[in-house]
Amino acid sequence: MNEPRENHGFRTLSGVPVDVVYGDGPEPGEFPYTRGVHAEMYRSRLWTMRMFAGFGTATDTNARFRELLAAGGTGLSTAFDMPTLMGRDSDHDWALGEVGRAGVAVDTVEDMADLFAGIDLGAVSTSMTINGPAPILLAMYVVVAEEGGVDRERLSGTLQNDIFKEYQAQKEYIFPPRPSVRLVTDVIGFTAAEMPRWNPVSVSGYHIREAGSTAAQELAFTLANGFAYVEAAVAAGLAVDEFAPRLSFFFNSHLDFFEEVGKFRAARRIWARWMRDRYGATDERSMKLRFHTQTAGVSLTAPQPEVNIARVALQALAGVLGGTQSLHTDSFDEALALPSEDAARIALRTQQVIAHETGVTNVVDPLGGSAYVEWMTDEMERRAEEVFAHLEDLGNGSLLEGVYAGIENGWFVGEIADAAYRYEREVNAGERIVVGVNAFTEGDDPSKRRLLRIGQETEDLQLKRLAIVKQARNDVAVADTLARVADDAVEPSTNLMPALINAARARVTVGELVDILEAKFGTYVERVVV
Amino acid sequence: MSKSSEEVGRSQTRPPVRVVLAKLGLDGHDRGLKVVARMLRDGGMEVIYLGLRQTTETIIDAVEQEDADVVGISMLNAGHLTLGPRMVEALVAAGLDVPVVIGGIVPDEDLSALVDAGVAGVLGPGASADEVVACVLAAADSRG
Repeated sequence: MNEPRENHGFRTLSGVPVDVVYGDGPEPGEFPYTRGVHAEMYRSRLWTMRMFAGFGTATDTNARFRELLAAGGTGLSTAFDMPTLMGRDSDHDWALGEVGRAGVAVDTVEDMADLFAGIDLGAVSTSMTINGPAPILLAMYVVVAEEGGVDRERLSGTLQNDIFKEYQAQKEYIFPPRPSVRLVTDVIGFTAAEMPRWNPVSVSGYHIREAGSTAAQELAFTLANGFAYVEAAVAAGLAVDEFAPRLSFFFNSHLDFFEEVGKFRAARRIWARWMRDRYGATDERSMKLRFHTQTAGVSLTAPQPEVNIARVALQALAGVLGGTQSLHTDSFDEALALPSEDAARIALRTQQVIAHETGVTNVVDPLGGSAYVEWMTDEMERRAEEVFAHLEDLGNGSLLEGVYAGIENGWFVGEIADAAYRYEREVNAGERIVVGVNAFTEGDDPSKRRLLRIGQETEDLQLKRLAIVKQARNDVAVADTLARVADDAVEPSTNLMPALINAARARVTVGELVDILEAKFGTYVERVVV
Repeated sequence: MSKSSEEVGRSQTRPPVRVVLAKLGLDGHDRGLKVVARMLRDGGMEVIYLGLRQTTETIIDAVEQEDADVVGISMLNAGHLTLGPRMVEALVAAGLDVPVVIGGIVPDEDLSALVDAGVAGVLGPGASADEVVACVLAAADSRG
């Protein structure tokens, strides 16, 4: 699916041959990469069709992974359940009612092994959406590969590992910001040294947008977070060009088509300029912003859910015309329940229609040069620069300190909540039409829906699996490896990854590791801003 | 917003309805609950916003301390069939006659189970300010 596409001919449906790019100015693949990070973009390689999936036990999700790969998906993306995202085991009090519901339950390396059973980890690229306990899940992935005979340097994939946006938007934090950022930079340092094909952070605007921000805020907060990680990694002793080429990004694609395209183009240009001029990057790869896109879950409606297929297609097209490297398309039933298998397949097919039927892949940045799109790109950049200036001010010249300050004083959360409420009021007042919700409401038929349900039996099964692993493991090894994690945690200059990998090997659970780290790092409680 | 202004007028004939809003459980999606908090305030109610990672115990403490009329809990993680009834039972066990409204992604076919469990109202994505205010007022009026 991703092979070079030169045999395609690059002609329109009517047979007209088309060039790779049109217009003047810096070409795609040239600094500042506004028009794309590659000269040929989708002519040489399509984006990765990476569908996010996870529910039930590891075995359940493994079956969905295989189905998606068989249907032509080209990468895996793992959704973990809430207890895993919060670093709690399935037998924790908080986990009751949540095991395997909104993602897959992973307690130990044994679950991770079942999750990827029968899938060649040396051949597939895997994305893991996990933040608070991200280094622990990466450690487990490394151990699964190792026990399956795949060296860690061959592993290809992405760990979300973006803690800033958790405090700002998604709220799946565990520890306070500073020790959490130490964990982020430990992963960056470890993968830079030992996992050259791994993206240690996916700096994510997606959740900021879903929480209600505007497009310009999504762009600005995300890139500010990216710069803050660069400053943190440099402060931890890494050279910019050692790690920056593997930083990746993750954006939302919402409904205002040209605003989205302008946002993606501006993101590349801002990153390139700042990395070169402010952070002194000299490797071109450090300046090239590569990103994953997901369509806007928040834009999906519960009434007339089939209409969401059209929304998703338009959002996906904006992502492609914006030059995304990988794409997840939402399932049309996501405002009703977790995505069903049929709905997930239609979402993947939507990408395939764009890739193979519409011809938009034949020309790089086909909207470049449009007066409106170029203006929108400039405008997005201008608005983002205003935010950077504000954060620099907050941080006395440091973006990293500015981001910490904006988290601690509730600035990000307040800005996002204001924007979300403004939008709701516009919809309520009828100033914005939402098809099927405040206009064109006839024709909804709830009886046609077949929704995915996760029953209580998942929780019971997972508790049994966990009990079996705990019984079979060597308690001395568990205690020894946990003690080393505790020792390394209080030594900020020690990278925690090796100790976490040892512990994962000894079948220590996610929750046990988080408990040890929480004892050393503390627990974050947010300042409530409504 | 015009209808909610009328609601404000009506509510002036009695003390404002007091609503405790909370995210019950681990789910961190709080956009909807924050919007609801502002809608209820604009509708003339008093909102006690507890925020994330609340338990039935912390919610009951707040209801008692704040003398709340309604509890609103939000979840987008498919946990409503477990957590909704548990919240109702916990309030009953504490001797509190305080109705529970659930917001979030709740499939239609789950509505009857939640009603049977004593949940007073369910608000899905896209509920308007008028619907949100009306649902909470109706819940408050349902108190025995």
